[in-house]
Order: sequence, then C-alpha cells, then structure tokens
Amino acid sequence: MNTAHNTSANTTMDQPTRRAFLKRTSLTVAFSLSPLLPAIAQAPAAAVLPGSLNGNRRLDGWLRINANGTVTLLTGKVELGQGILTALTQIVSDELDVDLQRLHVISGDTSLTPNEGVTAGSLSVQDSGTALRFACAEARGLMLAAAAIKLGVPASDLQVTDGTISARQGSNARTSYWGLTGEASLQREASAKTAPKPSSQHRLTGTSVQRRDIPAKVTGGEAFVQDLRLPGMVHGRVVRPPAPRAKLVSVDVAAVQRMAGVRAVHRDGNFLAVAADREEQAIAAANALRASARWDEPGDLPPVGAALFNHMKKARSQDSVVADKKDATAAATATVKVNAEYTRPYQAHASIGPSCAVAQWSANKADNKLHVWSHSQSVFPLRNDMAKALRMPQDNIIVSHREGSGCYGHNGADDVALDAALLARALPGVPVRLQWMREDEFASEPLGSAMVMQMSGALDAAGKVVDWQHELWSYTHSTRPFDPDGVNLSAAWLLQEPHKSGPARNIPQPAGGSDRNAVPLYNFGQHKTINHLLLDMPIRTSALRTLGAYANTFALESFMDEMAGAAGADPLAFRLTHMTDPRGRAVMERVAAMANWKSAPAPDTRNAKSPVKGGVLKGRGIAFSKYKNLASYVAIIMDIAVDTRSGVISVEKAWSAVDVGLVVNPDGVRNQIEGGIVQSASWSLFETAQHDSRHLISRNWPDYRIMRFPEVPALQVELINRPDERSLGVGEGSQGPTVGALANAFANATGRRLRDLPFTPDRVKLALA
Amino acid sequence: MSVSLSVNGKRHTSPAAPETPLLYVLRNDLGLNSAKYGCGIAQCGACTVLLDGQAVRSCVTPCAAAQGQITTLEGLGSTDKLHALQKAFIEEQAVQCGYCINGMIMSAKALLDRVRNPDEKQIREAMAGNLCRCGTHTRILRAIQRAAKELA
Repeated sequence: MNTAHNTSANTTMDQPTRRAFLKRTSLTVAFSLSPLLPAIAQAPAAAVLPGSLNGNRRLDGWLRINANGTVTLLTGKVELGQGILTALTQIVSDELDVDLQRLHVISGDTSLTPNEGVTAGSLSVQDSGTALRFACAEARGLMLAAAAIKLGVPASDLQVTDGTISARQGSNARTSYWGLTGEASLQREASAKTAPKPSSQHRLTGTSVQRRDIPAKVTGGEAFVQDLRLPGMVHGRVVRPPAPRAKLVSVDVAAVQRMAGVRAVHRDGNFLAVAADREEQAIAAANALRASARWDEPGDLPPVGAALFNHMKKARSQDSVVADKKDATAAATATVKVNAEYTRPYQAHASIGPSCAVAQWSANKADNKLHVWSHSQSVFPLRNDMAKALRMPQDNIIVSHREGSGCYGHNGADDVALDAALLARALPGVPVRLQWMREDEFASEPLGSAMVMQMSGALDAAGKVVDWQHELWSYTHSTRPFDPDGVNLSAAWLLQEPHKSGPARNIPQPAGGSDRNAVPLYNFGQHKTINHLLLDMPIRTSALRTLGAYANTFALESFMDEMAGAAGADPLAFRLTHMTDPRGRAVMERVAAMANWKSAPAPDTRNAKSPVKGGVLKGRGIAFSKYKNLASYVAIIMDIAVDTRSGVISVEKAWSAVDVGLVVNPDGVRNQIEGGIVQSASWSLFETAQHDSRHLISRNWPDYRIMRFPEVPALQVELINRPDERSLGVGEGSQGPTVGALANAFANATGRRLRDLPFTPDRVKLALA
Repeated sequence: MSVSLSVNGKRHTSPAAPETPLLYVLRNDLGLNSAKYGCGIAQCGACTVLLDGQAVRSCVTPCAAAQGQITTLEGLGSTDKLHALQKAFIEEQAVQCGYCINGMIMSAKALLDRVRNPDEKQIREAMAGNLCRCGTHTRILRAIQRAAKELA
C-alpha cells in the first residue's frame, strides 16, 4: 500500500469497510423511503451530491416547511454534547433566512431522518452541515420561484426575511414559505445545483449562538434517555459475565422470580437480565442473580505491565505498509540516528452516566415490532445489528435517538440497547428502561486499545530529518455495529445461539484507524509507517475518541522533540523547518505568540545519567497535529511543574491555536478544544484500564482515576477563522497535541523523557532516578 | 410501608422501602429528572441534592434518612425563572453533555451558601468530588464565579 488516496469528499467515515457501508446505506434508504426505490434503480449513475445529501437525496428528507410557520430540520447526526444540533440550526437559519426560533430539529431516528451512519470522526459539520446547506439553498430557490409566480415579481427581485418573501422595492405584495406549501413542494430529489450563500452573507454562521440543549440540562428538564418515562414503564438490569468469555454454569432464577416487584427474569445462554416494577427492586434482583450465578472463567487475558507490550509485538497480526516515501539520496546523508519506543495502555471511555436504553415491543407478539430509544452514535447501524441479533426484519425496528452522557466514542450505548430489547421481549407491550450499573460500564464497554509505537529517525549534518520510521502495534479501534461479517453488540455473543463478532479491521488511510496520524505531515527526506493490526482481541476494543491518533501523536510529537534535541534545535523552529503547509505553520506561530515562546534548544535526552533533583521543576512544551491529517489544525503549548520528590506533574496552563476553516460556532469550537485538552491531560497523567489474567479490574471511580477540578489547567484558545475554507472537524482536534506538549514539557523541565503513558508519579520518579 | 419527604417545599409520600436510595425516589416517584445515577457509591457527584442546605449524594442516602428540607435542581429555578447559578451556566455555556451538571450546580449552591465570595482555589477544592468527563471544568469555574458575583 502507498500513500495514494481516494480523495472523494466522504472518505473519512469511521467505518472499516466504507465501500460496503455506502452500498448498504443506499439500500437502507431505499427500503425506508420506498418511493425512492424506482428512482435509484433507474438512475445508477446519479450525480455525486455534496456531504450526506449523496446518500439521502430527497429534499423533504432534510427539510419540511410547516403550515404553522415552523421549519423542521432532519439530520442523521446526533447530539453528543458537542453542540452539533445548534451548529446545524445556524447553517439552516442562514441559508433559508428563517430565525432560529422557528426551527424544530429531529435527529437520529430510523423512521424519520436521513441515514448518516455514525456521528463520529469529527465529521458532522462536513457531512450533515454540507447537506443541509445545499438542501436549504435549493429549497429557498424553489420557494422564490413559486413566490415569483404568485406575486408577479421576478425571483431575482424578491427577498426573504424570517420566511416572509417580499419584493425588494416597488410592490407591497408578500407571501411566505408557509403560505407556499401548496405551490412549492420539497417532495423531490435534490440537485444541489443552487449554490449556497457566500460566507459574507452569513448572519449566524461564525457567531457563538448559545446551545439549544443547555437550558433543559441546567433546570432538570427531560434531557436524556435516562429521563424518558413511558406509561407503564418498568426497570431492568443486566448481570454480565464477570470475565470475558465466561460461561454461565448455574443460576437460581426461581428464587429471584419470587423477589418483590420482579416482573421477569430472562436467561438466554450467558445473557442474564431482570425487570422489576421499581428501579431499586431491579437492582436488588440483579444483585441476587449475580450472587447465585456460577461462572466458568477462562482466564485468557494478555499479560500486564511491560509484558503486555512484548506480547503485542509477537501477537498474530495483519501487517501493512501505510506510507512509504522513499528518498535514498536524502537517507544517505544521515549523520545521527535516534530510536525510541512509546506505549499507551488500555484506556476507558468512562462516561459519567452509565449507558441506558428504553425498549418496547408490540403488545401483540405476532406483530413483532420493536421501538428502542437509545443514545447510540449510530441509530441506523444499531438497528441493523439489532435485527441480526434478534433474528427479525430491520423494518420492524425503530431506533430513536435520545441524548445520553457523553460517550467519547464507542462506549456501552449500543450494547445496552440490545440488552433492553432482549429483556423487554419477555414483557410484550411494556416499556423497559435498562441502565447499566457503573461496574457494567467499566467492565463491559469496549476499551481504547493498548498501543506500542517504535520510532526511529536520522538527521543530516544540517540538523534536518532525512529519515523517519513509525511502526505500531495495536488491537482494532473499530468494532462498531454494521460489520458485514458479524454482530457487534455484546449481548449477541452471549445467547444460547450466539452470533459472532466482526473480525478485527482497520479504517484505511487517509483517515486511518490504529494508524491515524501515524503518517507525518512534516516534510522529511523519507518516511515510512508500518501498522501491525492484531487479529485476536482478548480484551474487547473499539473507537475511543481519536482512535490511534492520540497515541501516534504522542509518539510522533515526542520523537520530534527527541530529534530536535539531537540536532540541538529549538522545538518550534525545528517543526517550522519541516512544515511546508502554511496553515500548519500558522497555528504553531500563533500559539508561540500567545504563550510568548522563547527559543532554546530542546534537551538532548539520549544519554541522561545523573539523578534529577531540585524540588519543583518547571517546563514548557509544544506540539502540533492536523487531526487525521484531514481535519482541524491544532497547536498547543503547555506549562507544567514537576515535583521531583512526589513525582506529581501539575499542568498549569495550556495555550491552543486552532484552524478549522470556516468556523460555524466559535464558542462551540473552543468548548471542544478545551474539553479535549482536559480529557487528554487526564488520559496522559492518570488513566489505565487494568486487568489481571481473568478480569477487567477497573470497575468504579476508585479504580479508574480521572482528572479533578484542582488539577485542571488554565486554558486559552484562539481560533484562526478562514471563512473561505470549508469547515473541518474539531471534536477530536486537541487530544493528540495535548499529550505531545505535556511529554515535551516534562523533558524540558527535567531533561528526561517519559515514553510510557500514563505519566504516574512512580514512572516520573523512575525517570528522574 | 411508606416514606414521607419534603422536597422543594412540598410534602411527598413514596411507597419505597426505607433503605431505598433517595435518588430513585426523587427520579421515579416524584418524577424529578435532575439527580442522575452515576456510580452508586458517592464518587462522582451526579446525584447531588441539598439536604437542609448541605450537599449530599442521593445515591447513598437512604430515603428514610432524608428527613429535612430536600432541594433539587428543579427547586432552584426553572427555564422561566432561572437561579443565578443556572443563568451563569447558560451564559458561560458551561456544559458539554450535561450529565454531571446537576451535581455541579448543586455543589456550587452549597458552596456559595457557605462562602459568599470564594476564590478560585476554594471553588476548585469544593468541586473536587464532582467528576466531569467532557472537560468543561474551566467553564464551570467561570460560571460559579459569575454567579457568586451576582449573588454577592
């Protein structure tokens, strides 16, 4: 494989087999919008439409003008706390010339909205925002054409103000979008031939409109799936196997069935769940079930500590050369060679709210219909896998998105939806709300994969990088639902007649999965990236925010400083020397100005010998990445203090300069960047999801420490707005540069290098000894 | 068997057993959304309510022991009539997913009732038991400072 990419607009979806995915997506659309079927059949070579419009081509699939003076915006993307629905309303408001108050949003519903796959990969503004921009521009044009006939005024002389259409001058005649619903139908295929407005005509795009979901969240409104209360609803809990692949030997179902309030105890193979009238009764019944259950635990988990990484390097793998830019002439000028190995442990999503779903089957069993309310990132793929797991037609299932706790990737959201459906099948017609307990979430969620990154590089006599090698070992980062060769919902593997999970897959470049951000953007003489995708998965892994990019950027940006140290160069100057992309240079130069960066050589950490002492040492580091090499440009400078006696690292301040192209909502972008810095600093200082030979042993917050208020740094974020560039994803932009800046700040403070995450006090003390 | 509680100024009776965590009575018997299940062992703060002005973790407080004036987030204010803290959280956009926010506001309320004008270090210490995973901490700090100013 080489670095030649398919550069079509949509190549970065977080799915392992995109081509297969898109193929099936269009089928899904055809089935759910059956009038469309002939159109698709007759037009196999339909024009490629922008963003998600391409797979969801009906205008009325995106937009409805309602006679009551409101506009309904439909999107397949969902709110995860990232503010996407607010950003989309800004786009619609601008393109349609309709005030925000008139907009009603429906998102992520398999019976109502476009199918946009997964809300992931920092792609929602690109995918859904682009589709809505074009759909709105076209709808506005259709409305103006109808108004021109009705008012007898040429369309070019008409203006739209909050949905009211009037002549710019001369005539008092007016109509409105809602007055034209009979004349201008959106029940047609989009052409995307009406150009959206230039950025100079945007009123709300580029402004910090307040999030529409926050008022309910600060007043106790119904804001989350956890808050959904349906008439007659009962409460469910699961009892998961205590260890991966454990088999249920025996359990006393009868005793639990007699407990107060218990409505159903459901066992199917190794799947065990209980429903009760009251939530505390369901919890008590689940505890009783757990206490009586006997399991056979295989004890087949990989070794821990440093042995895990040695194990990974020898494990069965599929190996690929991800990038290989050859320049033998440059490589031959090498005078200094540097090597280093970096590691990252398993880490957890660790959502504050354990996953939850509500499921309700048709009262009449023969109807075999199911409605599920879920905080899944991917309602359509979830429906697909639920249908396979439940062995029923997917047309009989509706999945409706409701918000949950922040997920940060593939957590328990999808799994719990199938759990609720399996349990609810025992109670036809009765809505069952099933929330995982905290221990279920930690022990059952797919983890972010442990990773090893081996780096080697060479400098020429002038201190330029002439050779760069990045070799990595990782379990998969992509086991979301919608795998063609399996069912990726955990309960499906536990059934008496089990389904198998999909195989380990990697998202191909240019986005990459394990190898995301493992191909340098810096201009080196030659460079090569090798990915070892581990094929067996003893501990379940999947997408944790940024996938491999966090660990790869840790390695790449740390190694950049190690090379700078070997060259005796200033870290910022060294980066700029190797960066030709003007937007990459601009964020680095801006953050340097923000933090008043003082040029000095990076420490040469290759031969550190005598112990480091001296109480509290201060340090500053810089790092850069363009997320996925496709999305936002982010540079970060971080100031830290290292207490050499306790080994505690304090992050004092972080500055960040960000380029996301056209900014839709500046405060929303800042919120994402700030949150990413804090989350990444937490991963980097504290977090390891621990296991022993049998069990995942991080089960609650005392076993899985995250950053707390006293440890959070001061933050300063500046945006470089580029209104004429397309919007780039921002949701995962700052995690990589944060860990790079932190690692480099430590080296700057101490002259030593930390290469194993997280940077715990024990590791710090060892590094300083 | 029933338990009587005073919540947001009103008396309520719940059929819950006395050892039932207050959290489930508030959510399921009284239909209050604000307090959230997070960990069940008083480690994350998402379930925080006030009992006679003190911040308590409703996930580990037996409902029968909650004898006193219970205040939930709904009792502070509504979208029509926001409390200064609720208003400040909106002004500062101090929310991402918002699952922890009930606990953030209730813990901040207990702090501001105790300390009129806390400095940033005091706020950080007072909020140390409330976990946020989205990384919205610096905004939450600003929101509490903003509310403190307005209330002072």
